Amino acid sequence: MKKRKERIDRGIKARSGDIFALSSWREMLYVAGPRLLPVILFLLLPLFLSPYWQRVMISLAVFALLAISWDMLAQSGMISLGQALFFGMGAYLSGIINHAWGIHPFITIPLATVFGGLICTLILLPVLRLRGIYFSMFTLILPLMLVRTIEATKVFGGTEGLSGMSPLPSGWLELYLIIIATLSVLFGFRRLMASDYGLVLKGIRDNDRSVTNAGINIYWFKAQALFLSSAVGAFAGAYMTHVYMFVGMPVFALDYSIMPIASAVVGGVGSFAGAILGASILVPLSELLRGIGGLRIVLYGLCLVIFIVAIPEGIFHYLQRKYQQVERWVDVDR
Amino acid sequence: MSTDNIIEIHKLTKVFGGVTAVFELDCTIKRGELLGIIGPNGSGKTTLVNLMTGFVKPTSGKILCNGKNITRMAAHKIIQLGIARTFQMVRPFYQLPAFKNMIIPLYSPRVKQMLGGRYGDRDAVALDLLEEVGFERDAYVAYKPAGALPQGYLKRLELAKAIALQPELIILDELFSGLSLAEVASIVPIIEKLRQKGKTIVMIEHRLKELFRIADRIMVLNFGCKIAQGTAEEVMASEEVKNAYLGSER
Ligand SMILES: Nc1ncnc2c1ncn2[C@@H]1O[C@H](COP(=O)(O)OP(=O)(O)OP(=O)(O)O)[C@@H](O)[C@H]1O
Ligand SMILES: [Mg+2]
Repeated sequence: MKKRKERIDRGIKARSGDIFALSSWREMLYVAGPRLLPVILFLLLPLFLSPYWQRVMISLAVFALLAISWDMLAQSGMISLGQALFFGMGAYLSGIINHAWGIHPFITIPLATVFGGLICTLILLPVLRLRGIYFSMFTLILPLMLVRTIEATKVFGGTEGLSGMSPLPSGWLELYLIIIATLSVLFGFRRLMASDYGLVLKGIRDNDRSVTNAGINIYWFKAQALFLSSAVGAFAGAYMTHVYMFVGMPVFALDYSIMPIASAVVGGVGSFAGAILGASILVPLSELLRGIGGLRIVLYGLCLVIFIVAIPEGIFHYLQRKYQQVERWVDVDR
Repeated sequence: MSTDNIIEIHKLTKVFGGVTAVFELDCTIKRGELLGIIGPNGSGKTTLVNLMTGFVKPTSGKILCNGKNITRMAAHKIIQLGIARTFQMVRPFYQLPAFKNMIIPLYSPRVKQMLGGRYGDRDAVALDLLEEVGFERDAYVAYKPAGALPQGYLKRLELAKAIALQPELIILDELFSGLSLAEVASIVPIIEKLRQKGKTIVMIEHRLKELFRIADRIMVLNFGCKIAQGTAEEVMASEEVKNAYLGSER
């Protein structure tokens, strides 16, 4: 019998634009597979990991959240160099609340998420009008200013930080809560950015005058994006406060600003999935290189450069393209 | 309505650094008319549009819309009052299909307010609007990425985006420039249809012949000042206009 090659997504794309009218299991798997795979991996992998690597997994989730949060802002036309601001704000808020009143983490974390997001949004509100590098510079400087303020005024434990925070109820819960949170944010944000609302945000990035020209207040939309993004960052920070049972000046460190950007860039900007993928590569890599000692940062930097030079579009976009090009043999009916 | 004038401009001046783009300009736009604004390059036409729509704030002077002072109002609020404009330089979202470019204006608070949430599916409305401005439905032009469309369609898209806002006043900044005679001829009926629906239209044009055929009234700018206004014959008879366009003998 005669056969010819056909891309698997040919028929599927035409039919699954909006409604799912897929005819076979194979087609459904083709569409659902890439979404299910990370979910299954993230949920099952921890069962096979040593306690040390489970810790790494938490840190991976935190950086993934920060990278998603960065990607959200980038897609809305704001390049942040200060994810540490969001992270540190959430970390200190939950730390202070828990330290002062001994309130349960299940309450301090949501509180720190919402108010951390609000405070960061309010702080950045005056510079929303700045475009490009001017906005970025501001976000870079803010966390550094906050660290120095804490150091100089000795508030919130000063250089010592605050310790003795309540831990989360159990180790497994600690691990799975943040994994589920990360996956929820991933799929939530993907959905949001694919909606008409997301289109407006991307429109602001591409051509803000054209969005204004539709009678839409771009600053109001930017503020909303900023709130969503900074709330996610603040959540990550608040969570870590209770994981480490400590909060101090390192939460405003440059690592929390740079690493998320590196993750998003290596994984692929503009998809959120790339952000998670990038963090899933870079965070374990950084752990593996820990044994090497002095040259760790050099090697790490080298890996980063190789990734970015080899796959500048980002690993996720590369995989996505390849996946859509998968072919199959079909009968040629004559 | 309280007044027959949709826009009233008093002694409007805009200075950019040392350049006076618009100087002490007085003018009115009557409800339902088609006003043509012409003038040599750099005479302040686009600046006037930017001032009316709030994209640029005046140095001095006053702008009223339906009797309401909009001089220092934010651009998005002015648009919500029912003034829509197209940009001289079209800058669509090139990666998106043409009809997806319509989603942003359809997301406007103005549209929500005008249609009271009855607009249903935005994609469907977008396709209807694009058909109205000449995106042939059978040819699936509206599904092509904006980046793949020729200039003629991009200009139509720009027009459709303005129409989507259900404005009272539409300001078209050099809609015809860069288009062939045939393309212009196919857009003219769309504009005439808008007039029949009672829209007020302002057209900035360098294509005088086409403009004169449809405009009720012409205003001529030169160095930011109004040097003539009236019917096409009247303004073209003016010595000052001839000098501005052809240069005076000195
Ligand atoms: N944002 C700006 N900053 C500085 N100068 C400006 C700005 N916008 C316009 N100008 C100046 O104002 C003057 C009027 O420009 P404008 O664009 O309004 O002219 P125009 O009549 O629309 O010209 P054209 O027919 O070429 O479109 C020009 O000298 C221009 O250089
Ligand atoms: Mg102009």
